[in-house]
Amino acid sequence: MPLSRRSFLAGVVAGPLVTTLAGCAGTVVQPGDLSRLRIMSPASPGGGWDTTARVMQRVIQSSGLARNVQVFNVEGAGGVIGLGQLARQDDDALLMMMGLVMVGAVDTNESETRLDDITPIARLIGETELIVAAANAPFDDVQGFVEAWRADPSGTPIAGGSAGGTDQILAGLLAQAAGIDPGQINYIPYSGGGESLAALLGGQVVAGISGTADYGPQVQSGDLVGLAVSTAERSDQVPDVPTLVESGFDVEVSNWRGVMARPGMTDAAREDLIQLVVDMHDSDEWAEALENNGWEDQLLTGDEYGEFLAEEETRVRQILQEIGLIQ
Amino acid sequence: MGALGDLAEGFSTALTPQNLLFALLGVLLGTAVGVLPGIGPAMTVALLLPVTYVLEPTSAFIMFAGIYYGGMYGGSTTSILLNTPGESSSIMTALEGNKMARAGRGSAALATAALGSFVAGTIATLLLALLAPTVVDLAIGITAADYFAICVLSFVAVATVLGASPLRGLASLGIGLYLGLVGTDVLTGQERFTIGVPQLSDGIDVVVVAVGLFAVGEALYVASRLRRGPVQVMGTSGAWFTGADLRRSWKPWLRGTAFGFPLGAMPAGGAEIPTFLSYATERKLSKHPEEFGKGAIEGVAGPEAANNAAAAGVLVPLLTLGIPTSATAAIILAAFQGYGIQTGPTLLTTESGLVWTLIASLLIGNFMLLVLNLPLVGVWVKLLRIPRPYLYAGILMFASLGSYAVNADPLDLVLLLVIGLLGFFMRRYGWPVAPAVIGLILGPIAETNLRRALAISGGDLSVLVDRWVSRVVLALALLALLGPIVLRLVRGPRATPEELQEAGTLQRPVAAGRDRGDDGAEEDR
Repeated sequence: MPLSRRSFLAGVVAGPLVTTLAGCAGTVVQPGDLSRLRIMSPASPGGGWDTTARVMQRVIQSSGLARNVQVFNVEGAGGVIGLGQLARQDDDALLMMMGLVMVGAVDTNESETRLDDITPIARLIGETELIVAAANAPFDDVQGFVEAWRADPSGTPIAGGSAGGTDQILAGLLAQAAGIDPGQINYIPYSGGGESLAALLGGQVVAGISGTADYGPQVQSGDLVGLAVSTAERSDQVPDVPTLVESGFDVEVSNWRGVMARPGMTDAAREDLIQLVVDMHDSDEWAEALENNGWEDQLLTGDEYGEFLAEEETRVRQILQEIGLIQ
Repeated sequence: MGALGDLAEGFSTALTPQNLLFALLGVLLGTAVGVLPGIGPAMTVALLLPVTYVLEPTSAFIMFAGIYYGGMYGGSTTSILLNTPGESSSIMTALEGNKMARAGRGSAALATAALGSFVAGTIATLLLALLAPTVVDLAIGITAADYFAICVLSFVAVATVLGASPLRGLASLGIGLYLGLVGTDVLTGQERFTIGVPQLSDGIDVVVVAVGLFAVGEALYVASRLRRGPVQVMGTSGAWFTGADLRRSWKPWLRGTAFGFPLGAMPAGGAEIPTFLSYATERKLSKHPEEFGKGAIEGVAGPEAANNAAAAGVLVPLLTLGIPTSATAAIILAAFQGYGIQTGPTLLTTESGLVWTLIASLLIGNFMLLVLNLPLVGVWVKLLRIPRPYLYAGILMFASLGSYAVNADPLDLVLLLVIGLLGFFMRRYGWPVAPAVIGLILGPIAETNLRRALAISGGDLSVLVDRWVSRVVLALALLALLGPIVLRLVRGPRATPEELQEAGTLQRPVAAGRDRGDDGAEEDR
């Protein structure tokens, strides 16, 4: 009797576990065979990297580019733990999702593996950053905000995502462009766009920085004032909000995401991965996913992507030093 | 009422056979992952996100909502029967629930948990349907200073779980607070106490600590005692849920709901803090204070109601403002966006059909969970008949599997074992483990909000008592702290039942060190 109960219990619990563990199982793949692909999301399920990885999984599978695509999560330290794991892999059919946040995390976490240790495949998408003010703020454009900010940097609390992330990088770059010492910024990190949104709606902070998807609906409904977007062109989600460049500040930041592969792979293997990503990019499903998620198409492949990465590393390191987050 | 009409329409969509099937699937999955230590509803919903590509939105959200509510039910089962909280919001349930199970009252504990979850879930979901816009205005106004005040009140509440020896209890709290410091400082991004291990930079997971201290520590402790006497099988003979149980449970259910719903609706409230507050309140208000620490049914009824009400509260800011306040809510929000649904303040108007169907299906799912769980009580309780060596071997396996599955990182297993050993020694020497877990949860929230409040105010301490919410909550904390002392001074040195009980339990460490019987008379944990 106890046996049957135990096997019943095992059945109840084994189902979700198998699902969970399937993502972690290794796959042995012949060189050049991309019919089975793994995508590592170096963050927790549900976040930006994870969503992008899972959209890739769906598009690649449904457009028949690969038969079997698995997504697995390696959480921690802004993605640096996943980066370290990728550096020890010898599987050519493995992509790691990453983005701007990882560039800063490599420095703030003093990672042993650097981004130029692994193989750049492609930059895929970008999300526009949106700078907003609380509805009760005494200004309604970015010039007005910068004036108030310059007058009293430490008395102007700005809400955003985790320390050293895209939002704080943008705050630093804007301060620099406006002649404010980035070290004086009173940046209040919140875990995710939701919590900072509450602080803004409650009038606890003067301004906030996050992705357009987080703040856009409140700007549209008039609960928050949209000051500026961070990319070269205006965002479809908040078409009335001007860009920083339009407003006279020479700052351009996109919260981009891309994919990388293991170190030391052959040129042929790398070309195969790039081709796979380009084929995925050209599919209708991908176009639809960009539309649904409000993502900007930012395809850049191979060595050009590698050069872009190097530029971003220099820019991010310099601004994080000025803010005082890294030595 | 427009809302009632909308709700009726929601029911008509949710009651189609297909949607009922998805609700059933959701609550079954949710119960299963709630039972498993280490695997929570957030992870399950995330892993199931790909189904949103093939399902229509209504069905997918009905299933997700079922998983969400189901996880809250399932977490209590292992807490009560095996002293192994499946979720961090079920920790308080383990304190009294497991003592009840050891005294042969496992069925009653599971029943009050299931019924309390149903009552709280139903009331809170109706509140969500009728009052969401009002509640959210209040919740949004809660500042960092207010959160800090709530944390102070919760710290005072910890006093009720310190056990017989306040010194050991406070030391245990200190361990938890220290573990909470490990990781990256939220405000400056600097690492603290990570001893150069990158995996520690995100801090130590509450689940790993809770599972380690409770489950692994318990298993090791039981193993160390096994050869000291015949293998005992825990009694399951105790009466089912009786009329007396109901009379003692219904008020805690309602009070738990009153804690859970508003705190869940606050952007940083979470489901754990209301369970702490509910437990402390029940202990203070109980007519049977001498039973606390030995299996008081109020101590199960209150916290279980609180965590389910909090689950409904979390949906208030999610549906009215698009603000996710828990991991599961964040993933549900991602699913909304995956469908191209515009979340935010307009969701209720643009997608009102979907929202009302979701609310209706929550009520249906809640009812299904009750129907599912009450008959299962008998099955679950029989788990205790499994001889202890097999039972605890199974617990160890699932605990390890659950911790490993989160990240597939062997280091988590090492961490689990080290914390498990700590839990073993804490038990061996009569240190309560609950304060450590509470410290780990509360410490970082209190620290972040205190520092955030001070950063916003530019270092001005008066911000902490600037608003009436902070003032009232801090005054309550002061009252809870000083009240008993003042009362004793006024009444004179007459011993209260609580003191008598403490005098009784004070002798226990010696007894517990020798034999750990099944009568529930062990050291407070």
